[in-house]
Amino acid sequence: MNLLEINHMKKSFGDLEVIKDFSLSVKEGEVVSIIGPSGSGKSTILRCATLLETMDDGELLYMGQNAAKSVNGKSVYASKTELKKIRRFFGLVFQNFNLFPHYNVLKNIMDAPVTVDKVPKEEAKERALKLLEQLGLSEKGKAYPYQLSGGQQQRVSIARALALQPKILFFDEPTSALDPELTGEVLKVIKELAKEKMTMIIVTHEMQFAKELSDRIIFMENGVVVQEGTPDEIFHSENERIREFIGKIESVY
Amino acid sequence: MDLITMLKQLGAGMIVTGEIFFLTLLFSLPLGLIIAFGRMAKNGFVRTVSKIYISIMRGTPLMLQLIVVYFAPYYVFGIRLGAGYRMVALILGFVLNYAAYFAEIYRAGIQAIPVGQHEAAQVLGFSKAQTFFKIILPQVIKRILPPVTNEVITLVKDTSLAFVLTVAEMFTIAKQIASAQTTVMPLMVAGVFYYVFNLLVAFVMDLIEKKLGYYR
Repeated sequence: MNLLEINHMKKSFGDLEVIKDFSLSVKEGEVVSIIGPSGSGKSTILRCATLLETMDDGELLYMGQNAAKSVNGKSVYASKTELKKIRRFFGLVFQNFNLFPHYNVLKNIMDAPVTVDKVPKEEAKERALKLLEQLGLSEKGKAYPYQLSGGQQQRVSIARALALQPKILFFDEPTSALDPELTGEVLKVIKELAKEKMTMIIVTHEMQFAKELSDRIIFMENGVVVQEGTPDEIFHSENERIREFIGKIESVY
Repeated sequence: MDLITMLKQLGAGMIVTGEIFFLTLLFSLPLGLIIAFGRMAKNGFVRTVSKIYISIMRGTPLMLQLIVVYFAPYYVFGIRLGAGYRMVALILGFVLNYAAYFAEIYRAGIQAIPVGQHEAAQVLGFSKAQTFFKIILPQVIKRILPPVTNEVITLVKDTSLAFVLTVAEMFTIAKQIASAQTTVMPLMVAGVFYYVFNLLVAFVMDLIEKKLGYYR
């Protein structure tokens, strides 16, 4: 069964058609990267998939359950209670971390499991400490977000997402706000997750990283998929636009 | 009249001043939050009503508002309320006025919180109420402390407006003694009292600010 299925997603902001027709199915353990120039609709896909935005048309399914159906050319969303259940299937890591500044690291990670999933405090704490250890942040449980580097903050936000034990994790340009040194520590964590067969969808500008890690890469431009394939297929694409894009990015480094 | 007698009389007024002050804060702070929600409501009617309310409360003198609140039951509804209504009308007038100012402060604070905080909470599965009370409001309170302190200090001095409803708070008494005894001494004492009261307010607000200074 597909963990995630997006069928014919369409989304406009006013007159601007951001996503024209986007479909994607993801199986358990797969890592899919979405790349492409700014404004191509990559982030909007993640925002629609994580229910932060509503699609205009298209279907969205998690574990075979409909979050949205397409009825007469319009997306119809499931009830609030249904969506609440569906939200537990996925987590999202933001570009700007969006940690809660008034909570320390431990509470940032524990709070959602305790408040939303009603996990007993002790168990949530144990889970959080384990995650911190796994992400190399054991010393930082009592620190507040402002006391951490960007890379550490991003790792905490990954821990926060993992604490709810999602089936699938979305990353929205997780390293775009970080300098190259800090980027490395975050990418390392994501690679570890891939090794553990975590299902992930990653919007990124880190080409080398996408190439190494992904089972599949999707290249988008102007709201449409230009090409979808294995890293090898994308990096040796015949498509002029893709070659140009990848060439430009690689020449920067 | 010797100084001790004068201070005793003024002291009785200070208690009334304190009462007006605390009761006004007690009710206007939560009411302001409700009005702020109205001002930001999706519903256009609620939003407009809140906007007009704030506009009137900020655009007309508090003194006039106190008079209106006091006389409205009789002139509008023909209800005659006893002398006890004077203090009630006074507090009601103050609360209605200050809530309007607090509402705008809350609104500024709420709108200053990055949208990412809402989105992070939403993706984690927090309900709207949980998001507001656990994530947003604590951050709002930290940010709005300085403008709230401004309002609270103004309120201390505004309590002297109680004279229009002949509620005998401190400044009313000070003026009475001053004219009866032809001395400015009670007015000076009143001035010192307001200053010390506000020093205390500033001190307490500073403490709260420091307490919330553990994060940025």
